[in-house]
Amino acid sequence: MDYFAQQLINGLVLGSIYGLIAIGYTMVYGIVGMINFAHGDIFMIGGFIALISFLLLVSLGLTAIPLILLVVLLVAMAVTALYGWTVERIAYRPLRHSFRLAPMLSAIGMSFVLTNYSQVAQGARVKPVPPIITGGYTLHEGPEGFAVQLSNMQIMVVLVTIVLLAMFTWLVSRTRLGRDMRACEQDQTMAALLGVDVDRTISMTFVIGAALAAVAGMMYLLYYGQVDFFMGFVAGIKAFTAAVLGGIGSLPGAVLGGLAIGLIETFWSAYFSVEYKDVAAFSILIIVLIFMPTGLLGRPEVEKV
Amino acid sequence: MKSLKLIGLAFGASVALSTAAFADDLTIAVAGPMTGTESAFGRQMKNGADLAVADINAAGGVAGKKLVLDAEDDACDPKQARSVAEKIASAKIPFVAGHFCSSSSIPASEAYADGNVLQITPASTNPLFTERKLWNVARVCGRDDQQGLIAAQYIAKNFKGKNIAILNDKTTYGKGLADETKKALNKAGITEKLNESYNKGDKDFNAIVSRLKKENIDLVYVGGYHQEAGLILRQMRDQGMKTILMSGDALADKEYASITGPAGEGTLFTFGPDPRNKPSAKKIVEAFKAKGIDPEGYTLYTYAAMQVWSQAVKKAGTTDAKKVMNTIKAGKWDTVLGQLEYDAKGDIKQIDYVVYKWDAKGGYAELNANGT
Repeated sequence: MDYFAQQLINGLVLGSIYGLIAIGYTMVYGIVGMINFAHGDIFMIGGFIALISFLLLVSLGLTAIPLILLVVLLVAMAVTALYGWTVERIAYRPLRHSFRLAPMLSAIGMSFVLTNYSQVAQGARVKPVPPIITGGYTLHEGPEGFAVQLSNMQIMVVLVTIVLLAMFTWLVSRTRLGRDMRACEQDQTMAALLGVDVDRTISMTFVIGAALAAVAGMMYLLYYGQVDFFMGFVAGIKAFTAAVLGGIGSLPGAVLGGLAIGLIETFWSAYFSVEYKDVAAFSILIIVLIFMPTGLLGRPEVEKV
Repeated sequence: MKSLKLIGLAFGASVALSTAAFADDLTIAVAGPMTGTESAFGRQMKNGADLAVADINAAGGVAGKKLVLDAEDDACDPKQARSVAEKIASAKIPFVAGHFCSSSSIPASEAYADGNVLQITPASTNPLFTERKLWNVARVCGRDDQQGLIAAQYIAKNFKGKNIAILNDKTTYGKGLADETKKALNKAGITEKLNESYNKGDKDFNAIVSRLKKENIDLVYVGGYHQEAGLILRQMRDQGMKTILMSGDALADKEYASITGPAGEGTLFTFGPDPRNKPSAKKIVEAFKAKGIDPEGYTLYTYAAMQVWSQAVKKAGTTDAKKVMNTIKAGKWDTVLGQLEYDAKGDIKQIDYVVYKWDAKGGYAELNANGT
């Protein structure tokens, strides 16, 4: 039972990290209908910016951890958002009225550009940070000495995911910007006729998606204690899978999909073989998509005439 | 059409020019992961090769020619390694020091054999590299079966009756090393409680760490690279475990300590006796330090690979790969690693692996005979 609880914690935290990245995927897909393959790399950039600003603040002599974290968060979000905006402006907007596959290919290209850019700019070595948020709780100590551990960092990852999910659900469903986004999602031409600035709305979507990726990148940096230029690839694929499993375009779906993949991977590793955890996760994905082609919470796509 | 012809002409002219410029030089190659996740090691190899070439040239070059170094990048990817090998072979380069990853060295060696290129690896320890009886391969480092044996002896002596787990990362190097260690452990009468593999590139090992916790593992042997090993250790400590981590020569990189922080203290790994401390390496180490380079890990091994080749060329009086290889296998070579002698397969006859331990300050030191 203790073992189960520990693995449940492991799975929930891993799933939250996947979910956090997947929210960004799903937002962009929901509005533009395009899979932004560079999102994983934007997430990596976010991790690097967080690392750089953290080291800068520490070298300036700041010691108050909560203040440092807040500043790092804001700087990372702002700078990464700038990256998101630039990527959209350079690689996607000129191709918006091209054939369907063009922006997707351009996104894959952008992903390579960002990966190699950070390798050249930051070097290929893994960039570590010392543990910043330490401590935790021993929830239960079993008779055989198996202690269930929950660290403060793990609590923070799950909390941040829940808060961001709530914030962005509110943003999309209750604000002016959210209404513009939903209008663009339904019909860009019609939205433009009714006075919605489509280019601006799409830009904003990428900016927000990138800011979200920055939060995910920072959480990743704090939790695993390192970033490297290659981390966006694997994380991006897992998060993309999570978004598809949850129903791409749906915000709660992204987090649900992330949790599902995190839990499947963890429990498969816990009770069967670690070797086949990805096989298990992707097999479940296939089964879900056979019976629910739009994912767990996705809406069936209405054919536009 | 006209412009195409012009381009062709310009291209032809530039090729002719570049070959003319290098007519008196002899190009040799170093190949390894200059980019990608193992690029820290690629840099060590490049540093070692650069200085070796400079020193050999300062001493008059090889066969009356100055050496020029061509550094090639395989990113530790078998496919890329193979195409790098074909490129080197088609450029008629007679010698390559490389590659780093066993999974690169092995496929590349076949292309080198076909292209008449002599290959000495400074770092690939998988037995298969020399076991396939190719004529053109040799190494200046040891083999995983030797490394596994030393690790198993240490475990059998110091962890008798304790719970042992073995993990590997499914790469040629990692799985090979874990399998050899397991074989030697089983022979010594120790059966591991858990034998699992993970994916290289993973970051989250919490699930497997909890499993180790449930089995009360006292020592986990990791056949894999330092990044994953570092994360496994960090996550073990986060889950409140005191399990000792032991691994192979891939942990001989400062990056391991920067990933684990002070928690890395007590981690064990097997590696050749630090070449930096050998009397034969004293002068070269100082030359590296004067340039601001710490010749850690495989730097000196790459230097030694270059030394073996250049000395053998001098003795054989030719750069023909087959003749040089026969000379290498017949002679004794004085290198920064000490004197090396080869068997018919291209392995060195000296077994030199010892157990190292990481300390809290981010350095590592050889364990003495008492295991402390």
